[in-house]
Amino acid sequence: MPHALSLGLVLYVLWLLLSGIYEAWLMGLGALSCAFTVWVAARMDVVDHEGHPIHLRWGRLLVYLGWLGREIVVANIQVVRLILSRSMAITPTVAHVPASQRTDLGRVIYANSITLTPGTISIDVRDGDIEVHALTREGIEALLEGEMDRRVRELEGEPG
Amino acid sequence: MSPLELIGGIAVLVGGLLAVVGGIGLIRFPDFYTRLHAASVTDTLATALVVLGLALMASGVLVVVKLVLTLVFLIATGPVAAHALAKAALHGRLQPQLAREAEEDRSSST
Repeated sequence: MPHALSLGLVLYVLWLLLSGIYEAWLMGLGALSCAFTVWVAARMDVVDHEGHPIHLRWGRLLVYLGWLGREIVVANIQVVRLILSRSMAITPTVAHVPASQRTDLGRVIYANSITLTPGTISIDVRDGDIEVHALTREGIEALLEGEMDRRVRELEGEPG
Repeated sequence: MSPLELIGGIAVLVGGLLAVVGGIGLIRFPDFYTRLHAASVTDTLATALVVLGLALMASGVLVVVKLVLTLVFLIATGPVAAHALAKAALHGRLQPQLAREAEEDRSSST
């Protein structure tokens, strides 16, 4: 039930922001279509802790996104340097990186964060580790230090 | 031209240049997997700079909201697509071209 409420709320806020016309009639139609969508989603049995992870620690998620943004900018500059350097000193490496998250959602966030950072791509996700292709050996070494892994683990709350 | 518009314009310009650099990398890098890395420059920083630059130049809060939502959805779906491509290549038995020392590690461990 809390998941359905959160889904309805998110849908309606999104609808209001995208519509931009605030008349009672249109806002009522919007509320109706949001309610209908929640009903359909509930019938499809997709309103759960994976579709609507309200148990995540959202405050920490904001901090994490800030940190990730900084990492992405730094990694971008490194990859751009490699692309433009005359010698193109790349050392492509494949390695298994441990993933200590307890939930599937946590692993997905970790794997997507790895892919989002230029220079590293997650190519296979299993229980407990992620296979990563990195443009340089240093990329793998940075991941093995485990800071990103720890930060994602700390986002996970108790799945309800 | 207001200072916000100027900053926005510069951001769009830098983003565009980064997208071109991503394209150059796509051509210069040797194999499929390394080329994915070049594409992710275009996926992340280039896109973010272009969209945020446009947001700075936009008139009206709702337009900014829509641009930011566009960025959120792009950032959320980009890595899924990149991962799907890489995984498809791996399962299709496309061997990544590895650095020499990494190649030796692999053959000595198996």
